Amino acid sequence: MPVLEQPTDVLRQFSHGDLDAFEALFRSHQNEVYGWIVRIVRDPTAAEDLTLETFWRIYRAHARFDPARSFGAWARRVATNAALDYLKTARPEADLSDDLASPVLPDPGVSEELRCKTARAFRRLPPKLRIAATQALIEEQPYKEIAEALGISVSAVKVRVFRAVRFLRDELKRQGIEP
Amino acid sequence: MMENEQERVQQLLRKTMQPVAGRAGAELRRDLWPGMLRRLEAPRVKVPWFDWALLGAVAVWLVFFPGAIPLLLYYL
Repeated sequence: MPVLEQPTDVLRQFSHGDLDAFEALFRSHQNEVYGWIVRIVRDPTAAEDLTLETFWRIYRAHARFDPARSFGAWARRVATNAALDYLKTARPEADLSDDLASPVLPDPGVSEELRCKTARAFRRLPPKLRIAATQALIEEQPYKEIAEALGISVSAVKVRVFRAVRFLRDELKRQGIEP
Repeated sequence: MMENEQERVQQLLRKTMQPVAGRAGAELRRDLWPGMLRRLEAPRVKVPWFDWALLGAVAVWLVFFPGAIPLLLYYL
């Protein structure tokens, strides 16, 4: 995901609570923040709400922002935390609804039963592992980017992905699927 | 061995749960700034000073009379 950088003036004004600077940052980053969140929650309506929640948190924390640092990376981290909170509180049967319309037909080699069982196993992943697994295994985002967004090291991301794979393998085996 | 396992699980996931990139809904459909502005302009819920004072008094009371906690819980 490209990280749009802002002139230092705008960042400095934002850190002092300037609403016009915040609007400029909002308009230039809303697409990438939404794109990051929708990859995690896989629901456009929830992703829009979480994008607003992310910027609301960003605005309230403006005094803590260091203008010398990347706004995009900071926004992605706040967005990840907002998405994590959402996954923690969302009802298990309601989340991971995958409401995104697909431009292509589903893979004909994959049965509906397999799709349901995999989704069920994925839904049982703890939220922190689910975010790492979604971004690394399904969306194939670079580990470095995931690490920055989660505020952990690349090694820690690899550990989470490893644990997620183990968890999914065991869950799928319990449902009679050998990955 | 572990890499094989990860690849197999990854292949299964990508077959059954397609990546978001390139799908409808992956891009923002509208400008969210008006919604943000409404949220920024919404009046904040203000708790009157009397409520804070009452809360403080109850807390102090419970520190000195912990036996009253069950009674308070009963009436809550």
